[in-house]
Amino acid sequence: MSSVLQLLLEGERLNTAQMAQVLGLSENDVATELERLEHDHVLLGWRPVLNPERAQENIVRAVIEVKISPERDGGFDRLATRISRFDSVESCYLMSGSYDLLVIATGCDLREVASFVSERLASVEGVLSTATHFMLRAYKEQGHLLLSPAEGSDRPAVSA
Amino acid sequence: MDTNSQRFVANHVRGLPRSGIRDFFAIVAAMPQAISLGIGEPDFVTPWHIREAAIFALEKGKTSYTDNMGLIRLRREINTYVENTFELSYHPDNQILVAVGVSEALDIALRAVLNPGDKVLYHQPCYVSYSPSIVLAHAEPIAISTSAHDQFGINPEDVEAAWQPGCKVLLLNFPTNPTGGVTERAKLERIARFAVAKDLLVISDEIYSELTFEGEHTSIATLPGMAERTIFLHGFSKAFAMTGFRIGYACGPAPLIEAMMKIHQYSMLCAPILSQEAAIEALKHGRTAVAEMKQQYHRRRDFIVRRFNQAGLSCHLPKGSFYAFPSIQSTGMDSMEFCQGLLQTESVAVVPGTAFGPGGAGFVRASFSTAYERLIEATDRIERYVDTIRKQHD
Repeated sequence: MSSVLQLLLEGERLNTAQMAQVLGLSENDVATELERLEHDHVLLGWRPVLNPERAQENIVRAVIEVKISPERDGGFDRLATRISRFDSVESCYLMSGSYDLLVIATGCDLREVASFVSERLASVEGVLSTATHFMLRAYKEQGHLLLSPAEGSDRPAVSA
Repeated sequence: MDTNSQRFVANHVRGLPRSGIRDFFAIVAAMPQAISLGIGEPDFVTPWHIREAAIFALEKGKTSYTDNMGLIRLRREINTYVENTFELSYHPDNQILVAVGVSEALDIALRAVLNPGDKVLYHQPCYVSYSPSIVLAHAEPIAISTSAHDQFGINPEDVEAAWQPGCKVLLLNFPTNPTGGVTERAKLERIARFAVAKDLLVISDEIYSELTFEGEHTSIATLPGMAERTIFLHGFSKAFAMTGFRIGYACGPAPLIEAMMKIHQYSMLCAPILSQEAAIEALKHGRTAVAEMKQQYHRRRDFIVRRFNQAGLSCHLPKGSFYAFPSIQSTGMDSMEFCQGLLQTESVAVVPGTAFGPGGAGFVRASFSTAYERLIEATDRIERYVDTIRKQHD
């Protein structure tokens, strides 16, 4: 894993100049490496990690278990890609176990997600069944705990 | 309070200086907006699985005393850990004592072996408590200076030159707080031979050993003839980010551990059981978290050392710990002057090297156990401060 990627994964917000400083590289080197990571589809985007309880109050999120029939050429890939193209689909994974695809879908309200499932997803040829579970509350989002805000530290400012 | 109460204070305590760290802490504490590089502990919170083990122990009602030596389950885990990590082996029944941090372990080790008037060789600059702990054991500290020229490793010739009749103990701490110095194996071997020749007991505080960035850490206890004359001290504070748990341990020959246990049982009784349960979890499952933290320290070290050198503050590469120890001699200021000026003009706190003994004069200790953004900001400000001083001189 490249040092630039390792630094990004530590999660601290740093601009290219700061990353260059930390890593002892030129800004140009860091920029080139970021471009390479994007070009190679290692780094897919730059979205912030939001607290769904505060920043996304009007968004409904559902986890949908989808059973599909595999195809002779390509297995699940063609159908999975087709389903993934819908804007409502945030993420889509092929799973082991009792269903095939796990789809995370979002919408402005229950009705919008429900209509996506019944009118768009379930009607795709090859989709055998769906089971939709609406998320009620988030406790942890991409490594960040939501219900225990950091408390002031008692750590002394100078210690031995 | 009646100032005459002073007359009740024991002479050897009255003569002890206050820790230079505490004096500086009082100044920094009044400036909450300051960026502090003065913190002598990890900026990571103890990994959750370790905290969770302590909570689980509390839920199960584990609120009792333990065996004075510590939980036997913990002592067995300690033996497995030191075997795998340092190639040391101790019998959990009588060669391992669980203490309230390495600080307590060091204190009781010194008190267990020293008679009034005995002499103790130690290297400095060093952790603030070494010299006072020796004095509190009614012994005489004999300092061996280490220098930036040797990257603050210890020279066998200096140990031999410092030795004098009456020396009983050699106290070592590698990697060293505050310098990050280490001593390579060949030099340790020569020191070990000298210790055998002069019948010295070695007390080796290796609390920062997991945070060794270059090469393999060698414990002096593994060298020929040393197991029977070394008390190996280690703990959980630094590598596992468990400072507040206050838990460490001592390993050594059974008669020495037994002597230490006598003091421990009468003064401390045992280490807190919740901390012991957390320590078991740390040893069993904590290696991944330690490796991740070490990787971050390594990157931060490379950054801060480069920035100090760019700013014109000559800084050796600390091979272990999470401290950089740059020289501020090029500014023409003394350590305290530099630190006070930096704090007042740029709101950045570093610790005067003199807090760690006279050998720290002309240096400051900067902890890189801090987020990158703050390290960048702090080093920018230090560079600006040094530039301003230079311009005033020109």
